[in-house]
Amino acid sequence: MTGLLDNFVLRAALAGVGVAIVAGPLGCFVVWRRMAYFGDTIAHAALLGVALALALETAVIPAVLAVSAVVALAVARGTGRRYAADSLLGVLAHGGLAVGLVVLSFLPGGRGDLSAWLFGDILAVNTSDLALIWGAAGLAGLVLWLGWSRLLNSTINEELAWAEGGNPERDRLLLTLALALLVAAALKVVGALLITAMLILPAAAARPLAKTPEAMVLAAALIGAASALGGLRLAWVADTPAGPSMVVVALGLFLVSNLLRRA
Amino acid sequence: MNAPLIETRGLGHSDGPRHILYDIEMAIRPGEIVTIVGPNGAGKTTLLRALIGAMQPSRGTVWRKPGLRIGYTPQKLTIDRTMPLTVDRFIALGGSGDPDARAAALATVGIANLGAAQVTDLSGGELQRAALARALLRQPDLLALDEPTQGLDQLGEAAFYRLIERVRRDTGAAICMVSHDLHVVMSASDRVICLNGHVCCEGAPVQVTEMPEYRALFGLGTQGALALYRHEHDHGHDHDHDHEHHHGEPQP
Repeated sequence: MTGLLDNFVLRAALAGVGVAIVAGPLGCFVVWRRMAYFGDTIAHAALLGVALALALETAVIPAVLAVSAVVALAVARGTGRRYAADSLLGVLAHGGLAVGLVVLSFLPGGRGDLSAWLFGDILAVNTSDLALIWGAAGLAGLVLWLGWSRLLNSTINEELAWAEGGNPERDRLLLTLALALLVAAALKVVGALLITAMLILPAAAARPLAKTPEAMVLAAALIGAASALGGLRLAWVADTPAGPSMVVVALGLFLVSNLLRRA
Repeated sequence: MNAPLIETRGLGHSDGPRHILYDIEMAIRPGEIVTIVGPNGAGKTTLLRALIGAMQPSRGTVWRKPGLRIGYTPQKLTIDRTMPLTVDRFIALGGSGDPDARAAALATVGIANLGAAQVTDLSGGELQRAALARALLRQPDLLALDEPTQGLDQLGEAAFYRLIERVRRDTGAAICMVSHDLHVVMSASDRVICLNGHVCCEGAPVQVTEMPEYRALFGLGTQGALALYRHEHDHGHDHDHDHEHHHGEPQP
């Protein structure tokens, strides 16, 4: 097994597919709940988490989760007081990204890694990265799997969910947690700037093909995995950057699915 | 008297400086049909949402019987266009695993042929019926319906109230409705709560229509105009909307 994982292309493929098959389903929730900008904010602010983890020499994933939690809390508390949600998200997204970049620049050798954090460096994924990616993505997937009906009900209509004994507030928290986990997992694969693309594009591409939420989630996972593998292939053949290539393939699939089923 | 399903104590709610509800003391008991009436902005929807737990009021408490099953239809059900969902699935998500029961419920609310349709293709009225089917299937102790007859013509309204009566008779469920459509509602209710920020008056429909507070709020016949609203209460409270106060004046 270790012998197999010595192959960097195989490691890259496993990392890409691992992120994509969870990003697709989670992306459906992001699309349904109109959380695209929120996802973007978590992803951008995650870079601050990375910078802090490197500065304090601690593990990256807990730091990313902590920053995500602070961002989610700040959005929940601040919305509607003085600023609309999107203004606040913009402040946090770009503020977090900028502070993260500044902190990274102070670290020895930090500047060199910059493009890897922004755009991912999937071909440099090592075996322990792979374990972290599958662990974090798997945990995010588990949250969706176990909470499926409740999360779906809270997403369809919060008032109905409350009346029927659900707790949409807790469900929103669970989805934020899953989002933070996935962002942490995907940083090395597509980078902070393109994570939202792997959430939104496969889900949006799956929409015209689906008549049930389950079908949309399944299609999004498959489209995501196809984008990851297709992007890697494109990067290999045309010598293009791997992260953006995956997003380009996802964009192509989005266009195809919309041409197949005109609304 | 039966123990209540829901009871409020000193319930109040403010949205910033706006006092929407204050000093609400009310209860809903098993098997009764209660209608909350009041002018626009009286806080009817807010009260209903507080009763069912969809909203946390800023003051007071709402006590719900432990294990209380609620079926709810919001005033306007919106489902995002990106959500692929058949009507049948939407109803099943309310907790009914029996396809035959779901089909029967759709027939009951008059959309038997729409089970396989996508919820995003439904009209507002059809979606509200689907929500009612979902609420009925939960075999609720309490049906909470927000403006259930809006978008129905008079025939549809009459059929709707017959349905409500039948549900109460067959299942023993209590029903709490919000409406501003007075006269039809009155005949179908056991008890009417007249709301304008606070409970102005309540009682059986015949009694309520005789009460000065009710007449003040809704007028008599076609004279129904809020401009006629006079306060006959001697309890003081702050209103942020301006109308004349005539405390202690003889009744008009």
